[in-house]
Amino acid sequence: MSSTMLMIILGLAIVTYIPRMIPLVFFKSENIPSSVQNVLKNVPFAILGALIFPGVLTISDNIMFGIVGAGAAFLAAYLGANLIIVVMVSVSVLSTYAYFFS
Amino acid sequence: MQAITSVTKSESGFTEGLKAGISIAIGYMPVALTFGLLARTTGLTLYEAVLMSVLVFAGAAQYITLSLLAIGTGAFEIIFTIFIVNIRHLLMSASINEKVMEDTPWKKAIYAFGITDETFTVSATKHGEITTGYMYGLCLISYSSWVAFTGGGYIVGASLPSVVQQGMSVALYAMFIGLLIPSAKKSRKVLFLAGVAALLNSLFTWAHFSTGWAIVLATLLSSILVEWIIGRNKNE
Repeated sequence: MSSTMLMIILGLAIVTYIPRMIPLVFFKSENIPSSVQNVLKNVPFAILGALIFPGVLTISDNIMFGIVGAGAAFLAAYLGANLIIVVMVSVSVLSTYAYFFS
Repeated sequence: MQAITSVTKSESGFTEGLKAGISIAIGYMPVALTFGLLARTTGLTLYEAVLMSVLVFAGAAQYITLSLLAIGTGAFEIIFTIFIVNIRHLLMSASINEKVMEDTPWKKAIYAFGITDETFTVSATKHGEITTGYMYGLCLISYSSWVAFTGGGYIVGASLPSVVQQGMSVALYAMFIGLLIPSAKKSRKVLFLAGVAALLNSLFTWAHFSTGWAIVLATLLSSILVEWIIGRNKNE
């Protein structure tokens, strides 16, 4: 292993770990103003929206792949399927679609 | 007696975490296989590729590193770029800190390593308290999948059959959708938070912001805007 590559990997490890660790280890909930706490509680649902869209449309050069896969996942989730089933259904539907249309 | 109950509780939390992480482990498979494969074509050795997954454990960061290495970017520039990409971990860590069980700092410092888009969204949308055991289980199964399939992708040199691979490329998105829909059905606030963030992220992406910044800004602005609107309605 080259020493430059080792240095890069170690550097990446440090700059990736620090932002993950500081809030969890050093932030005290009771010292944070309630308005900021409320905003932080909104983050999970907001980030889900941003992680899904528009990224899902770019999984393939063909935009239909994202639409078909996301549509299948949406339907399964809307009908109340649990998380693993949602993932399985979406992957199977899209694999079938890819088999016929690519 | 109290000690016994707390031990059982943390153990069941661990198993619950492992189970909750199965979807992530499945979703990481194609992403890690492809990372291993790309690492090889970029000229990394097997040990370098696996070591990166072992020590960094961040999909976006690792993919961007490969593309920067491929165009001959210097070490300092790579590390600085990745630091910027990782700003959203700061936001996720601060957010999950509001929900996890209080525990000794070193235990939180251990599972902090496992915070990713996926482990964060799965734990943060879970009902009830998040125990330390749950976080260990959730992060461990996700991490194992990430590391194992990085090595697998590198060694096998090819990924899954093309049709399966195309199908699996949607897995993580399907998981995010599966996490969002049950809450969005029950709460208009959730629907609004996700919708506004999706819209803003599309706008920022269209304006050629880097992916890392687009997601952080969209998330933060949506979270603040929705809180502000709710606060204003309460005061009126």
